[in-house]
Amino acid sequence: MYADWMGERMDSFDKITASRRGFLGLATGGAALALGAGQGAQASVVRTNARILILGAGAGGAAIANRLVERLDGASITVLDGRPQHWYQPGFTLIASGLRKADYAVSTTEQWLPNGVTYINEYAAELDPDANRVITTGGQRIDYDYLIVATGLVLDWDAIEGFDLSMVGPENGISAHYASPEMAELSWHAMDKFTSEGGVGMFGRPATEMKCAGAPVKLCFLAEDIATTKGNRSNCEFIYNAQAQNLFGVPVIHHRVRQIMDERDITYRYQHVLKGIDLGAKTATYTTPDGEVTDRWDFINVIPPQRAPQVIRDSGLSWADRWTDQGWIEVDMQTLRHARYPNVFGIGDIDGVPKGKTAASVKFHIPVVEDHLVSEIAGREGTRIYDGYTSCPLITRIGRAMLVEFDYQDNLTPSFPGVIAPLEELWISWLMKEVALKATYNAMLRGRA
Amino acid sequence: MEEFSFMTIIAVFEEMFGRGVFWAMVLVAAVITLAYLYVLVRDRAMSMRKFLLAQLSMPIGGALAVWFVMLMTNSGFRDIGGPIDWLVLLGVFAAGAIGFAILVYVVQSIVRGKASDA
Repeated sequence: MYADWMGERMDSFDKITASRRGFLGLATGGAALALGAGQGAQASVVRTNARILILGAGAGGAAIANRLVERLDGASITVLDGRPQHWYQPGFTLIASGLRKADYAVSTTEQWLPNGVTYINEYAAELDPDANRVITTGGQRIDYDYLIVATGLVLDWDAIEGFDLSMVGPENGISAHYASPEMAELSWHAMDKFTSEGGVGMFGRPATEMKCAGAPVKLCFLAEDIATTKGNRSNCEFIYNAQAQNLFGVPVIHHRVRQIMDERDITYRYQHVLKGIDLGAKTATYTTPDGEVTDRWDFINVIPPQRAPQVIRDSGLSWADRWTDQGWIEVDMQTLRHARYPNVFGIGDIDGVPKGKTAASVKFHIPVVEDHLVSEIAGREGTRIYDGYTSCPLITRIGRAMLVEFDYQDNLTPSFPGVIAPLEELWISWLMKEVALKATYNAMLRGRA
Repeated sequence: MEEFSFMTIIAVFEEMFGRGVFWAMVLVAAVITLAYLYVLVRDRAMSMRKFLLAQLSMPIGGALAVWFVMLMTNSGFRDIGGPIDWLVLLGVFAAGAIGFAILVYVVQSIVRGKASDA
């Protein structure tokens, strides 16, 4: 399946490896930093009067806007995003485990956008890729020559029966740390109470594609660690419900996570998908291959199914025969260019590719989309490809993490082979997560990393 | 290395500490280094007495550096997991020790002057 592009892949492998080091290499403060990368910083500027519309000003939208302003002279770039707040989502885990306050993850959308772009604080209400046109929620019509879809995804909370975000907090023992920085902080208070008082803690993940598939596992490990530190481990039970026949999609990582769960006496169950909760009875119902099972809990972390925003699903950009209940857009998995609309590109969570709904993947989507779009405008063919790289500092306890990195083929792709072991619980990997990641993320948003 | 960019590293450190604090730290380090060079040139020799005190103060500087890293992060010695962690810890200690030794040497040289070593 990959043979036809292997040659091309090897061509750009050096570049991609160098960029990866740029993203991760900054925690050590050592000589390895010299391998950092700033893609395109020295690339040529192209003169154009193209109209470029970027849907979404999150990690992907803000970063590509900054890159395109550097690379294109005279382009008319419009960014559309209805949310005035920017959320540093990799920080949600730290907030939900009491290490940071909600404001750690909050900034303004506007502060990341460069001068020279038009920012419209509205969402897209209608998208017509045949007519190259978007209508905003405020009724504005925007015509474009090129469209970059970076909307992110929506969390389908309504899909969890009996659940409502107003239930989150210590009173009910409900956590929903994906929802927002404030919800992540409320989730911490729920976890704090549970780990102090004891009981049954339920963890798990949805059956859809999801952003940061490591986060549900991390939260479970963190809760177990916090209970242990409090000296209350013996009064707490931890149950991790995996949606598939594994704990992580990459087999080698699955086995390592299973081993750690065994060592720490965390119960895991396969093919258990949360269907609904009953707040009064404090029970959760899971669908399994053998029918539904209902279990009691004292603490539960709810992570709902995740889908493309409705406006994208209605636009015709989604895959027609894959992920039909989720609506990810049909982009080429190497170029991130839409399969049917060549003037449309995708960045981040919205892309219908097998892996990569993380900020680390966004970091690798950016230079690929930048290259293909700028090359097209300059009348050339783009050459860079995305190999499915994604990264997850898989926190195993406060102070330690495993820096797992992998690609489309489930290969481990360590940035520091022989130096930082991907499946080893290390302090340096924790330092990367806690100290270096947000700084690198911010630099990426500004188009500088 | 088509992709090499020192600017990326600078950008990340600016984000980590804030632009003002980062460049202030760079400035302080540069001033201490220049002062060290200045006293070496001024005195035309290393003073072994000052150097001895500087060396004796190295463990303090190293310990302070390690303490600072632990203070700034939610981690401690129990989290040291593998060889690379020990290397990083030793690196932090060594950087603190050398930096502090230079500082102690410079302060002695400036406060006590060239004559005091006679």
